[in-house]
Amino acid sequence: MNFGIIKRTVGWILLFEAAFFLVPLIAAAIYWEAEFFAFLICMGICAALGGLCLIGKPKSDKIYAKEGFVITALCWIVLSAFGALPFVLAGTIPNYIDALFETVSGFTTTGATVIDPEVGVESLPKCILMWRSFTHWVGGMGVLVFIMAFLPLSGARNMHIMKAESPGPTVGKLVPRVRKTAAILYGIYGVLTLVQIIMLLCGGMSLFDAINTAFATAGTGGFSVKNDGLIGYNSYIQIVVTVFMLIFSINFNSYYLLIRRKWKEVLTEEVKWFLIIVASAILAVTLNVFFTETVNAVGDKMSFGEALKHAAFSVASVVSTTGFATEDFNTWPVFSHIILVGMMFIGACAGSTGGGIKVSRLLLLGKSTSNEIGKMLHPKRVKRITMDGRAVDDEVVRSVYGYMIAYVIIFVASLAIISLDLGNLTHGDSGAFATGFTAVAATFNNIGPGFGAVGPTGSFTDFSWWSKLVFIFDMLAGRLEIFPMLILFAPMTWKKCA
Amino acid sequence: MNVIIVGCGRVGQTLAEKLNSDGNEVTVIDMSTDKVNETMELADVMGVVGNGATHTTLREAGIKSADLFIAVTNSDELNLLCCMIAKKEGDCKTIARLKSPEYSDEMEYIRTELGLAMVINPEYATAEEIARVLRFPSAIKIEPFAKGKVEIIKFKIPENSVLIGMSVKDLMIKHPSEVLVCTIERGDEAYIAKGDSVFQEKDVVSIVASPKNANDFFRKIRRKDPSVHSAMIIGGGAITHYLCEILEKSSISLKIIDRDESVCMELAEAFPKCSVICGKPTDKELLAEEGVASADAFLTLTNSDEENILLSLFAKEVNDGKLVTKIKRTDYDSVIKRLELDTVICPKNITADTIVRYVRSTKNTKGSNIETMYNIIEDKVEASEFIIKENSEIIGTPLSQLRFKPDVLVACITRADKVIIPRGNDVIMAGDAVVVVTKMLGLHDIVDVLR
Repeated sequence: MNFGIIKRTVGWILLFEAAFFLVPLIAAAIYWEAEFFAFLICMGICAALGGLCLIGKPKSDKIYAKEGFVITALCWIVLSAFGALPFVLAGTIPNYIDALFETVSGFTTTGATVIDPEVGVESLPKCILMWRSFTHWVGGMGVLVFIMAFLPLSGARNMHIMKAESPGPTVGKLVPRVRKTAAILYGIYGVLTLVQIIMLLCGGMSLFDAINTAFATAGTGGFSVKNDGLIGYNSYIQIVVTVFMLIFSINFNSYYLLIRRKWKEVLTEEVKWFLIIVASAILAVTLNVFFTETVNAVGDKMSFGEALKHAAFSVASVVSTTGFATEDFNTWPVFSHIILVGMMFIGACAGSTGGGIKVSRLLLLGKSTSNEIGKMLHPKRVKRITMDGRAVDDEVVRSVYGYMIAYVIIFVASLAIISLDLGNLTHGDSGAFATGFTAVAATFNNIGPGFGAVGPTGSFTDFSWWSKLVFIFDMLAGRLEIFPMLILFAPMTWKKCA
Repeated sequence: MNVIIVGCGRVGQTLAEKLNSDGNEVTVIDMSTDKVNETMELADVMGVVGNGATHTTLREAGIKSADLFIAVTNSDELNLLCCMIAKKEGDCKTIARLKSPEYSDEMEYIRTELGLAMVINPEYATAEEIARVLRFPSAIKIEPFAKGKVEIIKFKIPENSVLIGMSVKDLMIKHPSEVLVCTIERGDEAYIAKGDSVFQEKDVVSIVASPKNANDFFRKIRRKDPSVHSAMIIGGGAITHYLCEILEKSSISLKIIDRDESVCMELAEAFPKCSVICGKPTDKELLAEEGVASADAFLTLTNSDEENILLSLFAKEVNDGKLVTKIKRTDYDSVIKRLELDTVICPKNITADTIVRYVRSTKNTKGSNIETMYNIIEDKVEASEFIIKENSEIIGTPLSQLRFKPDVLVACITRADKVIIPRGNDVIMAGDAVVVVTKMLGLHDIVDVLR
């Protein structure tokens, strides 16, 4: 294990985090808030520790797969651990574990909050709100990818870090250099975010709200600056957010191909299936909500148009793993619940900012299952799994199996642990299972709200500290696609020559 | 510069690494996924799996925006086909590797008729380098500059040499000659020579001189320099074939040992003057019988690195003549260096250097053009030859008044036919060919060496 390079990368992460604090600092300066000093202190701590880590040159700058995983997992933990400090120092969230939960939820673009709904986010200082939203934006595309775009790290081996941090079963380069690839991805990301801010401003949103909402949408996070989420905004804004949630959950490679005018290659199999899944889910929920004559927040029966709007928003919000809400879908019929829970697990496309299992993985699993059936019928049949007309490496298929197994085990284990805690929650026995199940699903898939007590109008604040730690692990594992986190904690990783 | 390389073999991988670290955008193509992945681990390049002779694969690799296309697969014919299709698909310069002796006479014809920018034959280039060293056995390595008018010669200081303990300045006073000491290599360290650098035993020193002056210099420092009259070559591959071709007319008598009968027959037919022995080269008795102890030079050019190294070590024990060892893999360079095998030659590096040199020279710069480039010490010290253009900033100022960066040495100036070993008051003029030795790798313009 190359500890030198790990220390160095952690150092850089801290320095970049110090720079990230500039964003809330600016907000604090504009709104003349006392929390300015909390951020300033944190910035100083990060810069000092980061600088300390950068002293001395590592003996070798080689990064192998092992180092790539460890660096990624460690950097995310360090980033969250220090990112939580302002919440504590500013007194917004005095308990460190709560603050950590909030920060991890931010960076992993989950959007689950521990802010008590009774208190509401509107009472928080603006700079704190800005920091929450900004963690979404940075976490969405990946912090290490961000650093890679700016720093000349060690060339070819950086691919190991990019592979560990980017969502999806395989990662390809857009251009020969890793650094340029990272820069292109962030370029697309930045431009799309800017477009959304402008479109939100056109809808009459205030600049502060527009920037925060765009950050939260771009990272597919879901922290809101209003107590009632997006319910209070007009239909135009809700539609804009719906569209952008979907845009940010499509593989960014497609946008690059779009820029390069390779029209035929833009609509990959994954994107095609993603759109089909989203369209059919929206249709199913709309019809279900409309025909069961569900009432809206005001108490009127929803018109078809209204049902379509809310269904589209909720499906987009869940499938992109953002977690915004325009309606409390808790009150919707059970069939819609099931569809939405299904969407939670499917998640976005690989190479996007969204979470979940990812459409491409499910596609591979589906194809592999159909292959198995074919093999049972014709035992001697030879068939390879293909994607976009190319044979998929057996290694990739195997890694998808591994991922699914780890996914299920972690899911069940987390559910078992937090179920001990469910008695403390207010919703009583009837909603306990739904609450627990969706709470794990919502954190592990980086969505945010679930059903029951953790629904769009609820919060995670009533869980005990150890449940929160489980959720923190789940969020990180979900964002980093499980293995970096498992590898960090596997004793095998740290043995010499093992 | 956008470069596409077809073939991720040894040469392809070395090229990808060097061109990438030189600041080019490299895409590699190979049929084998494993090979492509391996190359992507080595260097920050993009990989495409497929046949480099199909235009779909070439398009995927971005042939339209490519500036240079290099085909270095194992098959000569495939390389040519790749280049022809690349030429049709995109507007780029093409380089093909041709290694078969059958094509060696037709290289120029193929190059011009097929519109290639360059045809390289690694085995021929290797043979040429070996031949140079055989003519001047004191040297470990000789690299010609300025169209052969100047050479950079690398040699090792033997035991009891007069040089030991002497500084560069002392050397110039005691044995004045038109040579310039460029670099001193001591263990893993490499230095650019300064006036007060002191020579030690086992140092590897490189000097710049014209071939004639170099001879004088070596006579002055009383280095015994027995010319090679007989050479024993182990292995009868393509390099041996070319080497025989080059040395046929010289006075060196050659003895070739190979285990393959058909190879021996071919060589015996092509070069009746050489004595070709068919037998196991690892057979110690056979080597002794054929006079391993008395040969002036012993060359191991078989296909196996291990065999070559072992045989060279054996020859070193029984014979104190010239040793030349060919190796394919450079991963264990540091170990091989410690074995003190005299001249070690690596064809893939020779090929890669030739192409890197070409790529650098095609990049037009403002005030000067790179003519040739040569790694004096792999990855540490480079010598580059620049042709100075009219508008270069360096023109007209005496060297002593130019502010150079540290570790820069202006080693030689060639003006018309005259070779100048520069001193402080010499001035660089337009049209000069200037050789600069520096620790900065990847120079593009001579002004890069100025502060």
